[in-house]
Amino acid sequence: MLSHHLKLLTIASFAIVLSAGAVTMQPSAHAEETKPAADQTAQAQPAAGEEEDLVDADGVPQYIVKDGKVDKGTYNGYRRYSATCHVCHGPDGAGSTFAPALVDSLKRMDYWAFTDTVTNGRANGASVMPAFGTDPNVMNHLGDIYRYLKARSDEKIGRGRPERFKS
Amino acid sequence: MKPFLRSLLVTAAMCAATTAYANDSVLKNQKDPNNWALQLGDYAGQRYSTLNQITRDNVKDLRVAWSFSTGVLRGHEGGPIVIGDTMFIHTPFPNTVYALDLNDRGRVKWKYEPKQDAAAIPVMCCDTVNRGVAVADGKVFLAQADNNLVALDAENGKVLWKTSNGDISKGETMTAAPLVVKDKVLVGISGGEFGVRGHLTAYDINTGKMAWRAMSTGPDKDVMIDPSKTLMLGKPIGEADLGVKTWPNDGWKLGGGTTWGWTTYDPELDLIYYGTGNPGTWNPTQRTKDGKPADNKWSMTIFARDPDTGEAKWVYQKTPFDEWDYDGVNENILADINIDGKQRKVLVNFDRNGFAYTIDRTNGELLKAAKFDPKVNWATGVDMKTGRPQTVEKFSTFANGEDTNSQGICPAALGSKDQQPASFSPQTGLFYVPTNHICMDYEPFEVSYSAGQPYVGATLSMYPAPESHGGMGNFIAYDAAAGKIVWSKPEQFAVWSGALTTAGGVGFYGTLEGYLKAFDLKDGKELYSFKTPSGIIGNVNTYQHKGKQYVAVLSGIGGWAGIGLAAGLTNSTDGLGAVGAHSSLGDYTQLGGVLTVFEVPSK
Repeated sequence: MLSHHLKLLTIASFAIVLSAGAVTMQPSAHAEETKPAADQTAQAQPAAGEEEDLVDADGVPQYIVKDGKVDKGTYNGYRRYSATCHVCHGPDGAGSTFAPALVDSLKRMDYWAFTDTVTNGRANGASVMPAFGTDPNVMNHLGDIYRYLKARSDEKIGRGRPERFKS
Repeated sequence: MKPFLRSLLVTAAMCAATTAYANDSVLKNQKDPNNWALQLGDYAGQRYSTLNQITRDNVKDLRVAWSFSTGVLRGHEGGPIVIGDTMFIHTPFPNTVYALDLNDRGRVKWKYEPKQDAAAIPVMCCDTVNRGVAVADGKVFLAQADNNLVALDAENGKVLWKTSNGDISKGETMTAAPLVVKDKVLVGISGGEFGVRGHLTAYDINTGKMAWRAMSTGPDKDVMIDPSKTLMLGKPIGEADLGVKTWPNDGWKLGGGTTWGWTTYDPELDLIYYGTGNPGTWNPTQRTKDGKPADNKWSMTIFARDPDTGEAKWVYQKTPFDEWDYDGVNENILADINIDGKQRKVLVNFDRNGFAYTIDRTNGELLKAAKFDPKVNWATGVDMKTGRPQTVEKFSTFANGEDTNSQGICPAALGSKDQQPASFSPQTGLFYVPTNHICMDYEPFEVSYSAGQPYVGATLSMYPAPESHGGMGNFIAYDAAAGKIVWSKPEQFAVWSGALTTAGGVGFYGTLEGYLKAFDLKDGKELYSFKTPSGIIGNVNTYQHKGKQYVAVLSGIGGWAGIGLAAGLTNSTDGLGAVGAHSSLGDYTQLGGVLTVFEVPSK
C-alpha cells in the first residue's frame, strides 16, 4: 500500500514536469454535450488500484513520455492493447485490412467517445466493433489503453514495444 | 536423388480406392481430373492434379480467361470447387455462395446469401474468413460464421436443411470447410482466442441430425478416447482422462483445442485426420498444475478417428503445454512414401511450431520430425521416443515468467506455416509448402475469462526472421522421407496461399501482394507471375473444362496475414518507430474479392 502511494507521488511530480511543457499533450477537446451520462462514466472507471490516477481536470487519462520512455500506465496500455485489440486493429494501433487504424481515429475521437465505443460497441454495415463493457481485461485497463493509443496518435511514441521509465 | 528416379519409388497413393467406403459421389468426383472435387483436391489432401496440358514449357503463355468479382471485401481463404460444368465459390462473411456456369464463362446459375447475425463478425478472431464449401451427393455444404451448418441443393441453391453447431455469445464461430465422409458431414469450430472448448462434429448429410461430437479436452467419454485401445506413439494411452488431469481445476472447460483447420480421410484405413488448436489463454502460467507445466491435453493434437463413430484410433500431441500459441490445426497430408527402404503409409504435418512430422497413419507412430525452417529455435528437436519437443529454456515464456518479455522466439505465433495448405506431388515425391519466416517477442500476463470476450493473456510483437533474407516468407520443397528441405525460395511476405502441384511439372501458389506464381517443381524456378486485383490468401486449384485445363484462385487480402502485416511489421532490433516501407502490405494491395481463371491460349 505504502509503495503504491509513493508511486503516485512520483507520478504527480512528473505531471508537474509535464505541465511545465517538457512534453506536449493535447488537452481533451470534447464538447460539453458529448460528455457521457454519469452511469457510463462510472462504468469506464477502472477498479481501484488497477491503473494510475494520472488524469486531467476533466478526468481524461494522461500519458507521460520522458526521453522516449513511457509511464507504467501507458506501458500497461500497450500490453492490454496488444492482447485484445490488436487482433482486429493491427499491431501498434496501425490498423489492418479488417479494422481502422486507431492512431488515426484518436486524432478525431475524444476520450469520452472512445470510452463509449469500447464499452458499447458500434456497427456500421459489415464493420462491427464488439462491446467490451463486460470484459475485465479491457474495462479495468481502459484508461491505460487510451493513454497508450493517445501517445501513439500524438506521435510521441513509435511502433513496437515502448520502454518504461522506472518510477 | 533425381526427382524422376524418386518418382519411381513413390506410389500415387489413395486415388485408386474404389471400395464402397467413403462417400461414393466424392470418390467418383475426385477420381475425375476434370473436377476439383474437394478443397484439398482429394481426401488425401494432396492438392495434386494429374492434368498436364499446362507444362513448364507453355506456362509462360498463361493468361486470364475470365474473372468474377465476389462482391465482398475481406479475406478470401479456401478456393473454388469444380464438379462437371459448375464451379462453386464462397465468400467471407456474409458467406455468399455462387454456382457459376462454366459453359457460359461464369454466368451465375444461383446465389445463396444467408442473413446472419452481424454479432458473429467481431468474435471472429482475425477477419471473417471462410475456407470453402464441400460438395457431395448433389448437395453443397457451407459452415457459416454464425455456426449454422447448411446443406444447399447443388442444382438451385435452395436450403435443404440447416443446423446450429455453436453459440456466438460464447465466442464460437465457424470458418473451416466441411468434409463429407460416407453419409456424414464433418465440421469443426473456431474461437481459440475466446476460451472455446473445441470439438469435431458429424452430422447426417440427409437430415442434418448430429451423429457424434468429439471434444478436444475433458473426460475420455467426451473426447471419445478409450485409454486401453486408443494409441499414442504406437501404444495404448493407458491412463484415463488425461484431458482432465493435465489441466488445473476446470481449465479444460476453457481449454481451446479448437478445430478450425482441415480434415483429411483415408478410405482404406477408414480413418479421418485433423488437428486441435492452442489451449485456452496464451499465458502458460494459468495452465500449470501445482505450479508445474501441464500437457493441457488434448490441445495441439493430431487425432485419427473412425468417421462412423468418432472414436479416437490414435493421438499425437505435438506441442504439450503450449507457451507460444503454436495452434496445431494444420492439415495432415496423406501419402505413401518410401522411408528407409520401406514403403510406408504416412501422414505429413507441417505444424505451426516449425516442425514437419512424418507419422505412420495406421497407428500414429512418429517416423520423422524435423524443422522446415532453419530459423526455428524454441526447440532443438523432437525426442523420437517420447515424441516431445526438446525445448530451449531461453525461449520458454513460462520459465521466463509472467510479465517478462521473451525475445527472439522463432517462429512467431502465426507459425512457420499457418492454415495455408501444402501440396504433395506423387511425381517428385516432394511436399511443396507455403511458409512464414517471422519471429516474435512474447510476454504472457494474467487474464480473466468472460464469456464471448477475448481470452488471450499475452502481448506479442512480430518481425521478419532476423539475420535472414529480410522477407517474411519462403516457399519450400520438402522431402518428408529424409526430413530435409530440398529448396527454399524467399518471398517478401508470408506465403498465405494454398499450393497446387500438377502432372505438367508445374506448381502454383499466390502471394500476399496478389501475384499468382507458377514454378518448376524440380527447382522452384519461377516460370510465370501475374498480379491479381488483391492479395491472395486463397488456395490455387486446377480443372479441365471441354478438354482445356484452367487454373483458378480467389484473391482478397485479409485474414490473420491482412491484420498482422497490413501496416508492416516492426523489427525490434531497428528500434522504435522503424518500419521498413517495404514491409507494408498496404503499399502493394487493397481489399477486394475476385476469382481469376487462367488458361494457356489454344494454338
